[in-house]
Amino acid sequence: MAVPILKQSPYLIATIQSALSDADLLSLRDSLTEQVGRFRSRGVIVDVTALDVLDSFASRTLRDISYMVRLRGAETVIVGIQPEVAFAMVQLGVTLKDVATALDLEEGLAYLDKKKLNSGRD
Amino acid sequence: MKELDEKDLLRELVAHLRQNRTELREDWARRITDAKLLTAMSREEIFAEATSVYNKYVEALETGTLEMLHAYARNLSERIIPRGVETHEVLGIVLLLRDVLARSLFAKYQGDFKLLNRVLDAYEPAANRVANAVAVGFVQERERIIREQQQSIRELSTPVLQVRERLLILPIIGVIDSQRARQLTEQLLRAIRANRARVVVIDITGVAAVDSSVANHLVQTVEASQLLGAAVIVTGLSPEIAQTLVRIGVNLGKVRTVGDLQGGLEEAERVLGYKVVPIAEASKPA
Amino acid sequence: MPISTKKSSIADATSPEAGEEICVPVRSDNDLVNARHEGRRLAESLGFSSSETTLVATAISELARNIVNYALRGEIVLRRVDRHARRGITVIARDEGPGIANVKLAMQEGYSTSGGLGLGLPGVRRIMDEFEIETEPGRGTTVTVSKWRQ
Repeated sequence: MAVPILKQSPYLIATIQSALSDADLLSLRDSLTEQVGRFRSRGVIVDVTALDVLDSFASRTLRDISYMVRLRGAETVIVGIQPEVAFAMVQLGVTLKDVATALDLEEGLAYLDKKKLNSGRD
Repeated sequence: MKELDEKDLLRELVAHLRQNRTELREDWARRITDAKLLTAMSREEIFAEATSVYNKYVEALETGTLEMLHAYARNLSERIIPRGVETHEVLGIVLLLRDVLARSLFAKYQGDFKLLNRVLDAYEPAANRVANAVAVGFVQERERIIREQQQSIRELSTPVLQVRERLLILPIIGVIDSQRARQLTEQLLRAIRANRARVVVIDITGVAAVDSSVANHLVQTVEASQLLGAAVIVTGLSPEIAQTLVRIGVNLGKVRTVGDLQGGLEEAERVLGYKVVPIAEASKPA
Repeated sequence: MPISTKKSSIADATSPEAGEEICVPVRSDNDLVNARHEGRRLAESLGFSSSETTLVATAISELARNIVNYALRGEIVLRRVDRHARRGITVIARDEGPGIANVKLAMQEGYSTSGGLGLGLPGVRRIMDEFEIETEPGRGTTVTVSKWRQ
């Protein structure tokens, strides 16, 4: 099932549902990368509130999204990691180092706004 | 007379125990009181329990499945433990019941020694299985309660404090084992989400010993908190602990470490964008 | 892909009996979603906490993905277990794939063959209470893990 991506200028917001297959995640990665370029977005929020498992593959792909989006000049924030999911991630040993994370959509937007301000552009 | 096999015998004796239940139950209840067991309960309570326990005992004898036995034992424990009954009392009453029923069988089959032996051959293993299941069940129920109480104690002893909006403090005191670490982490993460905390100060001044396993738990707690978007400040790190962390290769990375809690709180406020100034200064015109 | 159970139907909302099994065939990406979902369902029905359930589902995800990535196909078997009146869940990840040549190496942190994070086995072992692996190059691999309810 494709992940819906909302355009909320200058950002893109992707909201993940819980039954996410590996293919869905890879397709999200490609869509976000493409859309960031097309819409010249300054930031991407990936909302994983509904994700009940964040394993090594998901974490790797989220990191890939962050890198690829940055190559296009935009910042990525992962928001909504649930307490149990965060706990399982650190136990499993997967990290999202180098990837910005925030508590929820509101915090994610605040983070991107601050980044935009600090970068001194437009 | 047709030779009855063991199953038939068991069926027959169970029928006998059911038929005579009123009189056998009374006998049992009397013996319980005589043996000064279940002193925490009144005679009426004992009698009420005796009825239910008796019926279930006979059922357990009859079916004898492990599941049924465990269910019986669990049921017994659940009814009795809250009344302050001791293990020896529980086992005691079950053994008394076994004996009361055995005597009843003696009385019934005393005319035929061979048959009596076969009846006992059928009865004894079944009765012992029940007694064993009850003993083991009681102990396990106790252990479960102790585990629950330990969990409650752990929860009570690790408060996550909200000091300011968006700022949480977790002072950790005492010994940290895996279970406590896990429970601490879960509590902290839930609190971060509930309070929408942006900064967490973890104070380890009171932690008894920081070895590599405790250090790893700490790192995990820090990393998990960061996944929820919180900045983490660790305070109370003595030079010795810092050395331990370096030695075992722990990299606290993005984590700020400050010597004491006071310093940690100031740092946290800075991160949040607060500046604490004396009142006199604050009221001065710009 | 149909999922088979040995005793009750998937739609059965009551708690399963001890020894009852749920078998999820794993062949593709979508089966991972199934396997996680079934694992979560079973763990929840056994009364595991939300945290524990997530750990179980995560372990299943890792193990099932290994099957898809390395063995192309296999199965995940979920089982309720009881021991000393404590309840637990056992997950068996079985395949007839290439097997693991050097288990010791695979169990080391940071080991990787396909450029990713390797098989994630050390992580799975950390998450679960019991971990066993049987593997023979050319014959296949069976990883058996269990978690007990606190």
